[in-house]
Amino acid sequence: MLAFLVKRTANAALVMLTVAFMAFMIFRFVGDPVEMMLNEQATQAERAELRERLGLNDGFAMQFVRFVTNALQGDFGISYRNQQDVMKLIGERFPATFELVIVATILSLVVGIPLGVITAIHRDSWLSDTLQMTSIVGVSLPSFVVGIVLILIFSITLGVLPAFGRGDVVQLGWWSTGVLTPSGRAALVLPAISLSLFQITLVMRLVRAEMLEVLRTDFIKFARARGLPARLVNFRHALRNCLMPVITMTGMQIGNLIAFALITETVFQWPGMGMLFIQAVTFVDIPVMAAYLVLVSFIFVAINTVVDITYAVVDPRLREDAAR
Amino acid sequence: MTQPVLSVRDLRVEFPTRSGTLVAVDGVSLDIAPGEILGVVGESGAGKSMTGMAVLGLLEPPGRIAAGEVRLAGARIDNLDERGLERVRGREIGAIFQDPLTSLNPVLSIGDQLVETIRVHTRCDRRTAREQAVAALTAVGIPAPTTRIDHFPHQFSGGMRQRVVIALALCANPKLVIADEPTTALDVSIQAQITALLKRLCKEHGTAVMLITHDMGVIAETADRVAVMYAGRLAEVGPVLDVIREPRHPYTRGLMGSIPSLRSRVDELVQIDGSMPRLDRMPPGCAFHPRCPDAGPRCARERPDPHPVGTGAVACWLEQGGVNGG
Ligand SMILES: Nc1ncnc2c1ncn2[C@@H]1O[C@H](COP(=O)(O)OP(=O)(O)OP(=O)(O)O)[C@@H](O)[C@H]1O
Ligand SMILES: [Mg+2]
Repeated sequence: MLAFLVKRTANAALVMLTVAFMAFMIFRFVGDPVEMMLNEQATQAERAELRERLGLNDGFAMQFVRFVTNALQGDFGISYRNQQDVMKLIGERFPATFELVIVATILSLVVGIPLGVITAIHRDSWLSDTLQMTSIVGVSLPSFVVGIVLILIFSITLGVLPAFGRGDVVQLGWWSTGVLTPSGRAALVLPAISLSLFQITLVMRLVRAEMLEVLRTDFIKFARARGLPARLVNFRHALRNCLMPVITMTGMQIGNLIAFALITETVFQWPGMGMLFIQAVTFVDIPVMAAYLVLVSFIFVAINTVVDITYAVVDPRLREDAAR
Repeated sequence: MTQPVLSVRDLRVEFPTRSGTLVAVDGVSLDIAPGEILGVVGESGAGKSMTGMAVLGLLEPPGRIAAGEVRLAGARIDNLDERGLERVRGREIGAIFQDPLTSLNPVLSIGDQLVETIRVHTRCDRRTAREQAVAALTAVGIPAPTTRIDHFPHQFSGGMRQRVVIALALCANPKLVIADEPTTALDVSIQAQITALLKRLCKEHGTAVMLITHDMGVIAETADRVAVMYAGRLAEVGPVLDVIREPRHPYTRGLMGSIPSLRSRVDELVQIDGSMPRLDRMPPGCAFHPRCPDAGPRCARERPDPHPVGTGAVACWLEQGGVNGG
């Protein structure tokens, strides 16, 4: 198990280093940082001084090492746009995105898994066919369309849920949370649904496919032959054998969700990292873009690693093999 | 005569397919007395498993019981709904399948699977169920059952897993066990042990067994009566010793005549030329007549039904007025 952990972590570190290199290249070679940071009237001396301070006169390798060392300490420099610490900017926005993504993930599992099981068990019924059809629509609808339709129905026509913003937030240390206030929770509903819709259909289809596979196995037949009630056979024996791929996919998708949140955040004016990134792009705010790239990649890699390790915990066979 | 535990009458199992309806089991009638072991033999595809699955109500759709009756201790079970069948399976009729490697759920410990099964059938608390589970494992000869109970299926050898499967099948004390080739997938060296274990446990509890197998040796050693199936129908039924000593159906004779030591398998031994017809290519008359050394004109025209002869029953015109008449 220890060897497995070490190997997996080393792998992750290597990937992160590559990403950091790319972020560094963007930072260093897309436009001249000095030009971006100073206004046109700056003197030659001022430019030289800033160049020296940023370490741009050092060797390439030296600069990369410094970039990585700083990144490791959470230092991605100063935003070109508003001269604020990049990490602080992201820190302010991260909780909003995180809460949105987590709620959307939970929603997709809570809704998607039972739907998948039901459509697998009643595989030739009209209910299953309808759900299958709906899920195809769900997969093919762009998420901004979903968002706009939701706003149209629930905010404009019915007026029951807010269409933009995060509502009231409560500060817990550096973390600002919306889930503790009624308006914060209400504000989460539409963006979370809109972000999770695609995910729900993915989970549902995956669970359905896996269930159909597992329901054909001998141990399901034997479980039924022992007189175990259908509920137990389906949800304990069959579903448990489907969870591995669901865990994997959910894990992988969290990274995707963070990336996709960009669109949802724009539609709902959700003050998260996605919005920050969009603003950064408009202003060619390279440090913010680089930091976003590194951070999102880090989340991807971290989740992948955790998923792999979770495998070993969920599946007793893998646990055994890893121990050998 | 005491009432049979299981009584199957004119059972017909069909598979509707696009190219027509396949009849996998046709007009099979069987009785199994309490505590009796009935061996069922026949070539691959003869309909042995389908008969067992039909009794358990576990036919895979679109397979279905198209006609006939299945009675358990006198009460019909072929028309029960899923709920009713759940109360019969495990509690009244246990089942053991061929492959112990795939019969157990890989992600649940064997203890979990035993405790769960026991609790479904006896409604006792977790502690009692666990004690019963340990006792069941002891009974099937699992060493150190108190530690082994928490292990997962992959931590057991094939033979040990089949012991666990037997414990699971018997844990609610059913009146009948349907064992579908319980030793076929096992190492030859442990096949005899498992068969002996099954026989001993069933004799101890007075459990009747429908033992489906290819192994004539197992039938000879284990079964009280034997049913020979061919192409979805019964060819011959009778007490094991009588059938072995004096097989009446030419197919049974072919099976027995080719047994050098009895400890051999049906498929390897069928020295009858040709092979069993496919379900969609059934010949008219007796399904066996194209391969039968004794066939006459009548056999190609009319299909014989099992007819009482001596201590058993035989479906052959030889025993019912000759192969030329009709
Ligand atoms: N899903 C299905 N659709 C159509 N025919 C089927 C289906 N399942 C089984 N059959 C047919 O039913 C017949 C009886 O099969 P069964 O499994 O009972 O044979 P068996 O006697 O148990 O053979 P074996 O010794 O190989 O286990 C076979 O001819 C098989 O082809
Ligand atoms: Mg079979």
